[in-house]
Amino acid sequence: MTGYSDRVMDHFMNPRNMGEIADADGVGEVGNPACGDIMKICIRVEGGRITDAKFKTFGCGAAIASSSMATEMIVGKTLKEAWGVTNRAVAEALEGLPPQKLHCSVLAEECIHAAINDCRTKNGLPAWAEGPEAGE
Amino acid sequence: MVTRQVYLDHAATTPTHPEVVDAMLPFFSEKFGNPSSLYSRAREARKAVEEARIKVATALGASPEEIYFTSGGTESDNWAIKGIAAAHRKKGNHIITSSIEHHAVIDPCRHLEKQGFSVTYLPVDEYGRVDPAAVAAAITPETILISVMTANNEIGTIQPIAEIGKIAREHDIFFHTDAVQAIGAIPIDVDALSVDLLSLSAHKFYGPKGIGALYIRKGTRAETLMHGGGQERRRRAGTENVPGIVGLGEAIEHAVTDLEGRTRRIAAMRDRLIAGILDTIPKSRLNGHPTQRLANNVNIAFRYVEGESILLMLDYFGIAASTGSACTSATLDPSHVLLACGLPAEHAHGSLRLTLGEENTEEDIDYVLEVLPGIIERLRSMSPLTPTDTR
Ligand code: FES
Repeated sequence: MTGYSDRVMDHFMNPRNMGEIADADGVGEVGNPACGDIMKICIRVEGGRITDAKFKTFGCGAAIASSSMATEMIVGKTLKEAWGVTNRAVAEALEGLPPQKLHCSVLAEECIHAAINDCRTKNGLPAWAEGPEAGE
Repeated sequence: MVTRQVYLDHAATTPTHPEVVDAMLPFFSEKFGNPSSLYSRAREARKAVEEARIKVATALGASPEEIYFTSGGTESDNWAIKGIAAAHRKKGNHIITSSIEHHAVIDPCRHLEKQGFSVTYLPVDEYGRVDPAAVAAAITPETILISVMTANNEIGTIQPIAEIGKIAREHDIFFHTDAVQAIGAIPIDVDALSVDLLSLSAHKFYGPKGIGALYIRKGTRAETLMHGGGQERRRRAGTENVPGIVGLGEAIEHAVTDLEGRTRRIAAMRDRLIAGILDTIPKSRLNGHPTQRLANNVNIAFRYVEGESILLMLDYFGIAASTGSACTSATLDPSHVLLACGLPAEHAHGSLRLTLGEENTEEDIDYVLEVLPGIIERLRSMSPLTPTDTR
């Protein structure tokens, strides 16, 4: 009804990886309930690779679909690879988002970064500001 | 997949009544004449326009020469506010309105502020009511216009228009009301309400889109916005939208016939819907006034969920509704009406508006009550804000 692709509607009506991970290795939470979006992603990391990811989202259809898609895209990736899952990649995987909804996929990217940095700092590593440095 | 279709967004627009369409049709084809022309085909059109004007006037307790046809509610609101402001600027530059007006009133007021007018946006109580005493207190020697809507489009709260009109009259200040949501919902009489200008729009009461009217009390000077011809007694130029005007006349006649019987039936469905939702869905609360509300309006805030996602799921189940959240627009601000009622932004985002109409049935209500609790529960299970005990 709002010009969402079938892919967005599919991820909205049948979200993948919805939920939380008890004692996750990394948890990212971004957004602000007052502006109507809040997204939380939990990751399980084994041997430097994300083996499981779960999300919870308070927000519009695009925000829910973006978080569902984002969790699908990062599972199986190293932290470094997962960091590179951009908002554009999430939006593309969803067959596009309406222009005023692109910020919802930005939220997904920020949330992945927050979860990765949470995992890094928990393990005594410095948080990435801009992403992995060369050689990391 | 469910195939039931339930339309619950009558405050947004209504279907054009088949009898209204029938009345309009001849004016597209055999009676297509321009009312300003002199031959007989044109006289037919002129006569139809004047008959419609009488119907609108009758519905409002006004005289036909006080009714001016416009393109709809937005034009009527703009004309009333900018027209009074421009014509009476010498007398004063202050306007009083409320903080819950439609944007067709708020935006012209903001525009006038840029032209040097000062505007008071009165607060409302938690139910969305303007306090007449606050109107009186806001009046200054500079005040030339008071504009308060008859009933709010989002939360359905009915305003104390007669009291406000009386105050305006006592102070010799023009009083405009946006009655776009009120026609066909509550009885309107411009004299009883002491209204000087009143806006209405046909598509809100089973008439066509693109046609409305502004009532301007006899003797009220309001500057013309549309220049270019002698139509509407030289006050609103442009060839008349004859089919639309005929449709408006037909629709308003229908809207005020058996008003009480129709609204009683709709209000009963509304009350069952409200009670059913509040009973079955925890952490839900009614927005707007419990009794001073339009017969067709239900507006509920659900904690922990966001409005657009509720709409999307309802749409999946064939239910058309609307929300107080502005997530679908370019800004992310929640509804200014709900915020003015003191609702925290976070709750305002999770508000759902269901507005009933004549074609809704008890089965429609049953269906919504069957589907909605599951939708809210499902969205809450996805929300990081939901505390564990309400799951
Ligand atoms: S969450 Fe509000 S626009 Fe996406």
